[in-house]
Amino acid sequence: MRRFSWFNATSLTLGFAFLYLPMLILVIYSFNESQLVTVWAGFSTKWYGELMRNEAFLDAAWVTLRVAVISSTIATILGTLAAYVLIRAGRFAGRTLFSGMIYAPLVMPEVITGLSLLLLFIGIGLDRGIVTIILAHTTFAMCYVSVVVSSRLVSFDRSLEEAALDLGCTPFEAFRLVTLPIIAPAVISGWLLAFTLSLDDLVIASFTAGPSATTLPIKIFSAVRLGVSPEINALSTIMIGIVTVGVITFSLISKSQAVRREAEERAAERPA
Amino acid sequence: MSQTGAPAVFSPWTDPEAKPLIRFRGVTKRFGDFTAIDNLTLDIYEREFYALLGPSGCGKTTMMRMLAGFESPTEGVIELSGQDIAPVPPNKRAVNMMFQSYALFPHLSVYDNIAFGLRREGRGKDQVHGRVQEMLRLTRLERFAARKPHQISGGQRQRVALARSLAKAPKLLLLDEPLGALDRKLREETQFELMDIQEKTGTTFVIVTHDQEEAMTVASRIAVMDEGRVIQVATPAEIYEAPNSVYVADFIGDVNIIEGRVTPGEGAVSIDWAEGEPPIRAVTDAQLAPGQSCHFAIRPEKVTIDRERPDRPNAFQGKVIDIAYLGNISTYHVRLSGGQMVKAQMVNARRLANRPITWEDEVWVGFSETAGVVLER
Repeated sequence: MRRFSWFNATSLTLGFAFLYLPMLILVIYSFNESQLVTVWAGFSTKWYGELMRNEAFLDAAWVTLRVAVISSTIATILGTLAAYVLIRAGRFAGRTLFSGMIYAPLVMPEVITGLSLLLLFIGIGLDRGIVTIILAHTTFAMCYVSVVVSSRLVSFDRSLEEAALDLGCTPFEAFRLVTLPIIAPAVISGWLLAFTLSLDDLVIASFTAGPSATTLPIKIFSAVRLGVSPEINALSTIMIGIVTVGVITFSLISKSQAVRREAEERAAERPA
Repeated sequence: MSQTGAPAVFSPWTDPEAKPLIRFRGVTKRFGDFTAIDNLTLDIYEREFYALLGPSGCGKTTMMRMLAGFESPTEGVIELSGQDIAPVPPNKRAVNMMFQSYALFPHLSVYDNIAFGLRREGRGKDQVHGRVQEMLRLTRLERFAARKPHQISGGQRQRVALARSLAKAPKLLLLDEPLGALDRKLREETQFELMDIQEKTGTTFVIVTHDQEEAMTVASRIAVMDEGRVIQVATPAEIYEAPNSVYVADFIGDVNIIEGRVTPGEGAVSIDWAEGEPPIRAVTDAQLAPGQSCHFAIRPEKVTIDRERPDRPNAFQGKVIDIAYLGNISTYHVRLSGGQMVKAQMVNARRLANRPITWEDEVWVGFSETAGVVLER
């Protein structure tokens, strides 16, 4: 074991404190009895109960969830197809332009994306609501998915597809039966990324949301402007909890898969 | 059919009646400015084990990919059973390919990999199962049917790839450097297995390889290629014993090449090759003009090495410079009086301590008039 120096200990503590202290305080205050956010008045879970009775928050949460699921699914399909075409189509005139255009929205300020979408929806007379949020989120999440999927496709052994064609697949069957199952982990990561981005997007949603539908981040933001209530702390704690559980589960699953695979590979090299 | 009932030697290429399974007619393939295949014409017959041999970049893989349907010829026609296959997409061809990387589907078990092609044909479940079992037996993989490709060893993967490409009973099986990833011992075993399977199934095999030993072992005929052209097509024995050019002689096995000028004579020609040395006498069918320059190629194992002057038509004096001891044989590098280096090979029938010839010895190398070949190019 290497000795743990004071310098290392300090930088570790500072780093983690920087990252997690604000959240820790938020979590602690979510169990605060008092109505006042900054005064501790004993432990209580009453704000969680209040939250469950708050229709507006529940509605917003439900909208956010639907938007996230639908938009990330559409974005995954479109993004995967775009990545596939750009990697597979070989060199055609304007290929660099096309791939540049796919990645450009990544660096575009969200305000501009939101504003331009707003102008488009007004221009074509689409009423703002859940549909417009879904469309907007699909638009910006799609390029993230396509980046994730194309980085996997670059290292994909082309001869696997050729083998599928050779064995009687049409090009579409080869994609469905061979390529897609193999790149599935990247596609799933892409979906998760799109889902997360959609969940916590505030800027684009606020441009494209209408009176009929509000997402949770917008709701929280506007509630906070009137003053931080312990209810918001409770809500945030729940969200932190969900994210933490999700991340830990995902990493445990992928780690155990990697360990199993490694063990199997070692076993395979031994003469059976 | 032979009337005496003796098994006829398999050589459909000598039979003018035989119809080739595959015909390349004036096939050229260009990638931009680069010509991968240059006006190629050749025939491959049914049940042949045909090897495309050449250094990397000689166009052998391109030829194979054109047969599989992944590339189409720029010019010329490729026929399979008399049909032009250019318009047929890869998934409709009665041709299967075993890939260099094996290209096993990592998400499917060994069983499902082999069944993959059969299921695409829309065959019944029982039929697929029967055929997969047959293939598993043929390649001795029964115990591994449920495993995934990453759970088996390299040799087993290679057999899965073979079983998968044979499952659909193709007219033609293409093997792209099939044994490249195996170690030497396993490769030798697998070569015999391949030949065995080829005989059992009666499929026509076309194998691409850069390993001359592999081609010699498995093939009924070898096409030696260089820079998109076929230099010689012949049986392994002919390629080795009667190469048609310096390139082929040099590419296959070890060879001594001696440059000289011809003097035609009765039965044999004389080749003047060095000042102050007697000419080499060699029997040849080639029509050579007096004074024409040529190359004399002779395999080291056909050159003998002795302390005394041997009683042979060609005998030259020299000094042993180097001895490569390979266990079963030894190769002697001899510098002749004219400065030319010649390799002579001897079987080590006696044990090491009894060997009479050693470094710096004055020796005689000798060979008969028919031991070498006279090459014009």
